Amino acid sequence: MSTDATLSFEEAMEKYDPVLGFEVHVELNTKTKMFSSAPNVFGDEPNTNVNEVDLGLPGVLPVVNRTAIESSIKIGLALNCSIAESCTFARKQYFYPDTPKNFQTSQYEDPIAYDGYLDIELADGTVFRVEIERAHMEEDAGKLTHMGGAAGRIQGADFSLVDYNRSGVPLVEIVTKPIEGAGSRAPELAKAYVAAVREIVKNLGVSDARMERGNVRCDANVSLRPHGRERFGIRSETKNVNSLRAVEHAVRYEIQRHAAVLDNGNPVIQETRHWHEDTRTTTSGRPKSDADDYRYFPEPDLVPVVASREWVEELRATLPEPPAARRKRLQADWGYSELEFRDVVNAGVLDEIEETIAAGASASVARKWWMGEIVGRAKNADVDPGQLGVAPATIVELAKMVDDGKINNKMATAVLDGVLAGEGTPAEIVEARGLAVVSDDGPLLEAIDAALAAQPDVAEKIRGGKVQAIGAIVGGVMKATRGQADAGRVRELILAKLGVEG
Amino acid sequence: MAAINRDDVAHLARLAHIEMSAEELDRMAGELAVIVDSVKSVSEAAGADVPATSHPIPLTNVFRDDVVGHTFTAEQSLSGAPDSLDNRFKVPAILDEA
Repeated sequence: MSTDATLSFEEAMEKYDPVLGFEVHVELNTKTKMFSSAPNVFGDEPNTNVNEVDLGLPGVLPVVNRTAIESSIKIGLALNCSIAESCTFARKQYFYPDTPKNFQTSQYEDPIAYDGYLDIELADGTVFRVEIERAHMEEDAGKLTHMGGAAGRIQGADFSLVDYNRSGVPLVEIVTKPIEGAGSRAPELAKAYVAAVREIVKNLGVSDARMERGNVRCDANVSLRPHGRERFGIRSETKNVNSLRAVEHAVRYEIQRHAAVLDNGNPVIQETRHWHEDTRTTTSGRPKSDADDYRYFPEPDLVPVVASREWVEELRATLPEPPAARRKRLQADWGYSELEFRDVVNAGVLDEIEETIAAGASASVARKWWMGEIVGRAKNADVDPGQLGVAPATIVELAKMVDDGKINNKMATAVLDGVLAGEGTPAEIVEARGLAVVSDDGPLLEAIDAALAAQPDVAEKIRGGKVQAIGAIVGGVMKATRGQADAGRVRELILAKLGVEG
Repeated sequence: MAAINRDDVAHLARLAHIEMSAEELDRMAGELAVIVDSVKSVSEAAGADVPATSHPIPLTNVFRDDVVGHTFTAEQSLSGAPDSLDNRFKVPAILDEA
């Protein structure tokens, strides 16, 4: 495979203006297929989640899944789209072994949802509006496994194996209008857009939204034009971009590749590109040609879908709060700064903090524990923070013990480790380890006397008004009590002993 | 007469994976032109105010509840397959590589 020339991203941006477009396929998580009653389940034995409809046997009739229609309308509404009063299905004809009927049942002229938009917030808070052209319903294809070639690639394969379990799984394809004006933020916007779509369908509960399972898949269109020119350049369509990181990388790579082609005075070829995660490059697929002459026509076996305004409004009333609106509300409720809040979002502990606050912790305590203690431990354990095994109630209990002066912060983090090691609840661990802040002043005063006697020069400084020197004495007391003293109380007692105002 | 030439028929035949001889292409070009003209007379009968009809019966919203029904075993699924391996359909190499 030859390697394509690329310009540096910076140089490409100096010379050209990128225009993007995305087709995001979302697999719905209905119990059954779009047009058959076979189960929509990932990962089962090949060719067992199928019946005659999914295999495209002669004479079978598809019947539309009502829940899939409702999920599609919900997606349309969440993308601020208009919902078609009436729409039809169409046959998209092509020959490929993953499609047993030799056509895919899709929508063509009249998608169920159209003319929407999504406001995308970039990492620094910039909001970029992406216009949605349409969201239409269709069915997924079977899964091909290429055998005999290198690394399962279609190139050089001797034959292929087909599992039709995925055949007929309901899909909603979301198509954007051309996205102009993103400039050098195009790769970042690409990632943020796909992340936002994924978040929305997950929040709606209409898709499992797991990209690693192909529940959300992105085809990224990229074209370049010289700065100041209105007419779009020729685009490429990169397929198989199936992680958020890959979307960003693929757009960046295609911008760099197009720029090199244009710089050499050549036209960009309008074609499909395949993304390769291992090399972070794309390679040419088949050129767009009359192989894409799909000869759509209305599906004779399926009657039109009519979405009455009452039905649409009923569905609208069931929509959950949009993720972006929820974030705004939570930030205001919790009183976090922009930066604090963004860190929380980026660390992926928004839900966890919300649950911890609901369990009784203050917003600042919840943030302190999740961001200060748990995120780091999760990173070391290579799991998501929410998966580490810290229940909101554990944090509330630990925070209360600190507030009540039973244990100090240092002990509390040790107790957290005990909880994670499966030693029991915080109260049980405190009991078992005999942890307690020394609150009886007697032993403290003894330790203070000893510390002052050991460092007479420091004691003299404090008497002389250099109160900041007190740290050395407090440290001595903490050491003597093996960290079990309340440092604040120790400080008070030392000052009282020396007759100094704190 | 509608302009359906031999190249159009050859193009359609290729898209539809139908192998056609030279004589068949010639004959079909003429026949398809007549068929297209006949269908055209329907378009002429309908005025601009008549919406396109995709279905002859005014039926809408024929839906099914999202309830799992019957499935095939892998053996049943593959019973009509020309070739199979590991409970999957086996198909020839997809790319036509030289």
